[in-house]
Amino acid sequence: MNVLDFVSAFFSDSAHWQGYDGIPTRLSEHLGYTLEALAFAAVIGLPVGLVTGHYGRGGNALSLIATAGRALPTFGLLVLMTMLIGFGMLPVMIPLVVLAVPPILVTTYEAMRSVDPSPVDAARGMGMAETRILLQVEVPVALPLILGGLRSAAIQIVSTATIAAYVSLGGLGRYIIDGLYQRDYEKVVGGASLTAGMALATLAVFWAITKVTVSPGVRRSA
Amino acid sequence: MAVDRLSLEIPDRSITVLVGPSGCGKTTTLRMINRMVEPTEGTILIDGVDSRQQPVNILRRSMGYVIQNAGLFQHRTIIDNIATVPRLLGWSKDKSRARARELMERVGLDAALAKRYPYQLSGGQQQRVGVARALAADPPVLLMDEPFSAVDPVVRKGLQDELLRIQEELGKTIVFVTHDIDEAVKIGTMVAVLRTGGRLAQFAPPAELLSSPADAFVEDFLGADRGIRRLSFFSSAGLDLLTAPIVAVDATAEQIAARADAGAPYLLVTDVDGKPLGWSEPGRLTAGRIDRGQLLSHGRPFVAGQESLRAALDCAVLSPTGWAVAVDGEGRAAGVVSQQAIGEAIRGAHEDSVGPAKVLR
Ligand SMILES: Nc1ncnc2c1ncn2[C@@H]1O[C@H](COP(=O)(O)OP(=O)(O)OP(=O)(O)O)[C@@H](O)[C@H]1O
Ligand SMILES: [Mg+2]
Repeated sequence: MNVLDFVSAFFSDSAHWQGYDGIPTRLSEHLGYTLEALAFAAVIGLPVGLVTGHYGRGGNALSLIATAGRALPTFGLLVLMTMLIGFGMLPVMIPLVVLAVPPILVTTYEAMRSVDPSPVDAARGMGMAETRILLQVEVPVALPLILGGLRSAAIQIVSTATIAAYVSLGGLGRYIIDGLYQRDYEKVVGGASLTAGMALATLAVFWAITKVTVSPGVRRSA
Repeated sequence: MAVDRLSLEIPDRSITVLVGPSGCGKTTTLRMINRMVEPTEGTILIDGVDSRQQPVNILRRSMGYVIQNAGLFQHRTIIDNIATVPRLLGWSKDKSRARARELMERVGLDAALAKRYPYQLSGGQQQRVGVARALAADPPVLLMDEPFSAVDPVVRKGLQDELLRIQEELGKTIVFVTHDIDEAVKIGTMVAVLRTGGRLAQFAPPAELLSSPADAFVEDFLGADRGIRRLSFFSSAGLDLLTAPIVAVDATAEQIAARADAGAPYLLVTDVDGKPLGWSEPGRLTAGRIDRGQLLSHGRPFVAGQESLRAALDCAVLSPTGWAVAVDGEGRAAGVVSQQAIGEAIRGAHEDSVGPAKVLR
């Protein structure tokens, strides 16, 4: 049996489409983890990146934090957090957020730095307040890059959120871990392809968001 | 120190140009006016009031600001770029846009460009948008930092003419930074020549700058041909134009013969409306059979009385016969004048040039 057979067997089994272990349930759990982790990471990463980028200070500190964040092994962090806090949502969220903050932070900072300084100078000279300059002059131009950072963070979260299953939570990781444990390869492959599909869907969603929110006047560089 | 103890009184409703070599502190001086740079010492008075008396953003909204590469907002359409300051002042969207449309017309931008984005415009058009944006809230003061230095000479000349026209119509107080002395002389009512450290080398009307530079630095900065450039300030009205060496293309043999000795070695042939066609030696003209293709080019004529002696001299120098052709406002030949006669007029003008009037260039 090859992989494609596994895939078709998994998806054609009607038992996989209902109940607490059904595809809709696991997908929505996975989506929930992803959105929650992405929201937390954005709430931390975006403001810090925007403000440091606007003032052009703290770039070195940022890249240090980002490198440290990237160096932390996600799985190790999960185990550590679970041992410290116990089972639950929080020990899963922490490693996912730690994973997602660096790309958001660094890309947002870089995006703000890459904005042409002359419109900013013109805006200041016209008497625009700093917050307005940040939100109405710099962000619209930096937006394609900022969204690019959010997109890579989102994709990393989608593929890494499978670890939730190690600590008895749901999500698509359930199929992979249970499948491996039960030597049910159909399930493993099914779970993996669902995760991959969700990553592709994430790409599509970000493409659509970019299309809608970025002004046609902004030459896309991302 | 970028600018050291500069003291300058900028006249109302006129164009004051700051000119000087790179790094001499022109930009710094300009940016002190709208407090983009805060002076460590001293004050800037606007209508007698210290500029620090009002909130900085209120001050800046009362001054248009134009920079080198226009600095347009690439994510906004042209019309919304221009409407920026009115929007900041709390005008409604419709009112701001109506105002922006008005300004597009004023600076010579086609209304069809309103919905375009900055990248879809040429450099010259972008610069016009920058000027329109600065004028949008009708500020009494306009600050311009090398606004035309990134466009080609032809477009630059157009923008300069446009600025002079706008200034004439609106009577703004303009402070204009450039490193191009020609530009300074052309558009300035008053020109401040700065040297390194923002020290004032000379502050004078352009004609005075050209006729009597304060020192070797200013003279050097004006360049080798300041004498020629100064001719821009003398009107061609005083030239003695000869009308005798002009014949129409349909002239009779007697007319041609009568004008052959009219004081010029060549005759200027015009069409039946009196517009110049070209030069010819009298002997080569046969009545009724004048071949336009055989005529020598008359070059670019100057408009008598309206253009300067510099234009007249330029026409004479470029003319294959050494004679310049003067035309009236409609382009009809008004007379011809030799290099020699222009030279005499120049000498005469220099003699009584105590306060030469500024004429169109
Ligand atoms: N932000 C700044 N901080 C400190 N020094 C500055 C700053 N900006 C400019 N300078 C210095 O001040 C001096 C004057 O600079 P300024 O930009 O006013 O010159 P400029 O006359 O406009 O020159 P250019 O024709 O090249 O634009 C220069 O020596 C420059 O190095
Ligand atoms: Mg400068």
